Amino acid sequence: MLTVAELQGSAKQRNRERTMRVVFQAASALSVIVSLLILFVLVRGAINFLRLVDWDFGILSDTGWFPRRERFDVRTIVVGSIVIGAVAMLVAVPFGLGTAIYLSEYAPRRVRKVIKPVIEVLAGIPSVVVGYFVLNLIAPDIVNRVFNEPPGAKTMLAAGLGIGVLVIPIMASVSEDALSAVPGALREASYGCGARRFNTVVSVVLPAAVSGIVAASIIAVSRAIGETMVATMAAGYDGSGPYNGFSPLNGGLTMTGAMTNAAGGTDQATGGASREVLFFVGFMLFVITLGLNLIGDRFVQRVRQQY
Amino acid sequence: MALITPAIAGSTARDVVSASLTRRDRDVKGLVLLVFLLLAAGVTLLTLLVLIGQVAVEAWPVLDARGTEFITDTIGSDPANSGIWPGLYGSFFIGLGVLLVAIPLGVSAAIYLEEYASGRNRLTRLVLVNIRNLAGVPAVVYGILGLTIFVGWLRPISDGETVIAAALTMAVLVLPIVIITSMEAIRAVPRGLRDAGYGVGASRWEVTRDHVLPYAAPGILTGLVLSIARALGEAAPLIIVGAITGLLPTTGLTERFTALPMLIFSFSTRADRPDAEIGWTNAAAAAGLMLLVLVLFFNIAAVLLRNRFEKRRVGT
Repeated sequence: MLTVAELQGSAKQRNRERTMRVVFQAASALSVIVSLLILFVLVRGAINFLRLVDWDFGILSDTGWFPRRERFDVRTIVVGSIVIGAVAMLVAVPFGLGTAIYLSEYAPRRVRKVIKPVIEVLAGIPSVVVGYFVLNLIAPDIVNRVFNEPPGAKTMLAAGLGIGVLVIPIMASVSEDALSAVPGALREASYGCGARRFNTVVSVVLPAAVSGIVAASIIAVSRAIGETMVATMAAGYDGSGPYNGFSPLNGGLTMTGAMTNAAGGTDQATGGASREVLFFVGFMLFVITLGLNLIGDRFVQRVRQQY
Repeated sequence: MALITPAIAGSTARDVVSASLTRRDRDVKGLVLLVFLLLAAGVTLLTLLVLIGQVAVEAWPVLDARGTEFITDTIGSDPANSGIWPGLYGSFFIGLGVLLVAIPLGVSAAIYLEEYASGRNRLTRLVLVNIRNLAGVPAVVYGILGLTIFVGWLRPISDGETVIAAALTMAVLVLPIVIITSMEAIRAVPRGLRDAGYGVGASRWEVTRDHVLPYAAPGILTGLVLSIARALGEAAPLIIVGAITGLLPTTGLTERFTALPMLIFSFSTRADRPDAEIGWTNAAAAAGLMLLVLVLFFNIAAVLLRNRFEKRRVGT
């Protein structure tokens, strides 16, 4: 006769089972704690900053970003981020999406088997190295030569191009996933109706994968805005703002660049508002990228639900 | 009428069909698209390869003239005799920190989410959404977290702006990557394997330890390798946490620190004397080449591991 007690295992076994469960549960709870800590640290720092500037929100729109003179024009860094992000997307979307369409719809299997992993590996190129590449090739030999700028000029255009290069692999691999998720039957149906490959790709595959492609673009935008090293190294630290002869050929300052500068870059701030602004900008960046990621996630979920 | 003249109707219909099947009218739009796509894929690959090539070419004078001294020397004020040893030291401990902190925590969290939290209730869903969002938080923001918590609150453990604080920051940064890749690996373990374990009376932890984890090991290893590569290449959080960009003659766990990516950043922003044979640009490129070799090695290892892992699964 078996009893329940015999099936339950020994007390020692049951204890160990409970311990392991608690350990694993704690580990997964940790990720929530990390999120809460990030939020807490950013909000507390942002409030500290606002307290240091006497809750003077006007200070956030004084022209120019000069932390040492306590001038924090948020528009300067937001516009800087938008300009550089836009240049980056102008590079990343056509090249990333083009690569993805080629890989998923045109490339022979053997070519795909080589190029796909190569792009995945290249996605790991560290951003500092791309920053170096912008400083030593894209800026002096391409941008400054084409637009007749002095060879040492730092422009938002060059930084944006660099970030674009950095984001292409992400754009390519996320949209490639979306395109491959389109069922083969849709393509075959299209061919069966006599459609050419062009029509199949443009009127059947792309519309079916559109939410995945939008998701890829949103994730890429979020990466481009959060990218720090290229923006810090190559964009030029120009806080005079977008209202001062604004063009991508000027130097500019992004939110991320303002952060590295506040923490230990050219400003060498040791305390006070010019240091605490780090948390304020960090909070802004966090909210913006979180918003973009949540929207992107929605679109990814939609792809999963459809097929 | 058409019905009683089948010969004529048939021949025209056949002509029309065969003409439209064999006719070589140029598909201009299709051709344009194909050219554009080839161009996009080609330019993408070419840019990335030019990047690697440029770094290698610029690095060559330094590596040629200095050889391994470049690796073992400390940072100097002259690019001709400045090395990267303190940077390698910092990067090594950052990698070690990720290995010791992020991997156990990440794999444990993944085990809980895949094996224990079977019900997919609201709480689990919240944790999952939270992890996906953490993966999208920019690296600089993790730097702020590290600055406040590991440099500030945990000063007794980290001693302030040290490698320990940096390693812990990087561990938190890669935690979501570790969790997500481990979860995918664990999810790929066939149901039957678990059921067989439970069937002979194994407990949940025993099944996890003896069947699920060994089967998922290559996948988990892939995530591990990827996350170390990410931690080694990231520079932004290090700036915020207080890595040094200037001279750093000594290395120690509880002293100020630097890391390989920080050296590339600091070298490439230093001004060169025009007459110098080996400039900071070259030193930056040489350090960049070291980092590229390290990071790409890890990435290639991850891709190969994953491909192998997938192939084996298909075979079984």
